[in-house]
Amino acid sequence: MIEVRNVYKSFGSLSVLEDVSLTVQDEETLAIIGKSGSGKSVLMKHLMGLIKPDKGEVIVDGTDINAVSYQELRDLRQRFGMLFQGGALFDSMNVFDNVAFPLRTFSPLPEDEVRARVRENLAEVQLEGVEDKAPSELSGGMKKRVALARAVALKPQYIIYDEPTSGLDPETSNTINELIRSLSEQSNITSIVVTHDMHSVLSIADRAAFIHDQRIRWLGTIDELHTAEDPVLNGFVRASEYQIGKPAAATNK
Amino acid sequence: MLERHILGPIEALGQYVLLLSKAFRSLGEFGIYQKNLFQQMVRIGIDSIPIVALAGLFSGAVLTVQTAYQLESPFIPQSIIGSIVVPSMVLELGAVVTGFILAGRVGARIAAELGTMRVTEQIDALEAMGLNSIGYLIVPRVMAGILMFPVLYITATGVGIGGGVGVAHYGGFLSAGEFVAGARQFFSPFDPIFGLIKSFVFGFIITSVACYKGYYTGGGAEGVGRSTTEAAVLSCVYILFANLALAVLIL
Ligand SMILES: Nc1ncnc2c1ncn2[C@@H]1O[C@H](COP(=O)(O)OP(=O)(O)OP(=O)(O)O)[C@@H](O)[C@H]1O
Ligand SMILES: [Mg+2]
Repeated sequence: MIEVRNVYKSFGSLSVLEDVSLTVQDEETLAIIGKSGSGKSVLMKHLMGLIKPDKGEVIVDGTDINAVSYQELRDLRQRFGMLFQGGALFDSMNVFDNVAFPLRTFSPLPEDEVRARVRENLAEVQLEGVEDKAPSELSGGMKKRVALARAVALKPQYIIYDEPTSGLDPETSNTINELIRSLSEQSNITSIVVTHDMHSVLSIADRAAFIHDQRIRWLGTIDELHTAEDPVLNGFVRASEYQIGKPAAATNK
Repeated sequence: MLERHILGPIEALGQYVLLLSKAFRSLGEFGIYQKNLFQQMVRIGIDSIPIVALAGLFSGAVLTVQTAYQLESPFIPQSIIGSIVVPSMVLELGAVVTGFILAGRVGARIAAELGTMRVTEQIDALEAMGLNSIGYLIVPRVMAGILMFPVLYITATGVGIGGGVGVAHYGGFLSAGEFVAGARQFFSPFDPIFGLIKSFVFGFIITSVACYKGYYTGGGAEGVGRSTTEAAVLSCVYILFANLALAVLIL
């Protein structure tokens, strides 16, 4: 379980998060929605201690991650996998080595099993035959999928996806949503998905949190999303080309 | 104004020292970074040999020609040229020429590389996996600098002296035999040790300053450009100061 308690964060004079509290339950899939620049990525980085809050706490499985030693924080981080919004692929390595990196560094798997796992992971994101390419030779959507394969390679307990489908065509988006869903259905995997894509939210999430004006403005289940009476939330949802009650809702699990 | 000009550098120094102490503390898990060390030793050291040798060659050759020109007198034995050129290369030029060339070549490369990793969140990605990014990125580079600069210094100095002998001999100033005899006459075994100490220090300065600048890069592509330039310029300035300080302290 991850608990964010009364977190405040500003960069210089720009206040990004104010009194943000949020609990991510074990094994759920939580979608984080909100306008561009509303602080979604900043909030995600708080969950792993990549950014320290100015005030407030982040508790992961009972441990305040900003109050422990660096060594303990690193151990905690190994429970996470994170897909960065920009991919953050290591450009000193080819695609294969990027995906193999967490396996080689943190798992006891022998090299031939690492190879098999990497191929499998890349196939899951529909990437084959690009193993030897450098990240700079890939398209934006391909980078994102390699990064996704890398993030989930170790099947971590918590997986954070920062806009997994942005920049992908609708068909590939669906495949990625399927992958995220099938991973999240495995036992003991908790997923947090930042997305603009209401279709993703409806097809994979159990709950959604809406960030607006530095705060969590709305938090509820997907069913509640249909009946929410918050005008700002409704405006956001409708602007995402989704009308409550229209067929997209049928994909809700 | 006052705050920026006085507190800024003090803060930067504090941050630099803190970064190095974190790097030092991560030495315990050196096993993980070992592969990176070999890679960096090749990139920083082996790959720099040609340019350093070239610079050494020309410094030695020019020094010899100019010394010969200044000492052109029937009353001075020409072997004195060897006595001047060799200690100059060993004590000063070998290390300083290596340092300046590598401040550009190695310092700028490290800063650009780490700076790009910072702004594209690759450093965050390493941290997110539970790796110690300082240990993983900085320790191998600084260690490679400390280990390989002496090798490069020896290369530059050796080739430089060779260049000096060559020019002396084929340029008709003095024979190789006389040159070597002159060099031997005033040779002090401490000279190469001092040169080696310098090269250690320069290697440390260049790689650590570049790592610091790169690791704390902010502000996108422009920030990477700034870090790269600052790494190269600052390493040169610090090399000048360190060179003087070492001479005053040790000689
Ligand atoms: N390291 C940083 N330094 C300064 N400001 C930052 C930093 N990171 C984020 N910000 C600012 O914080 C705000 C929130 O950024 P964030 O990346 O979290 O937005 P977001 O909700 O993820 O947007 P998007 O949907 O476009 O990805 C932005 O105004 C951004 O400029
Ligand atoms: Mg974002």
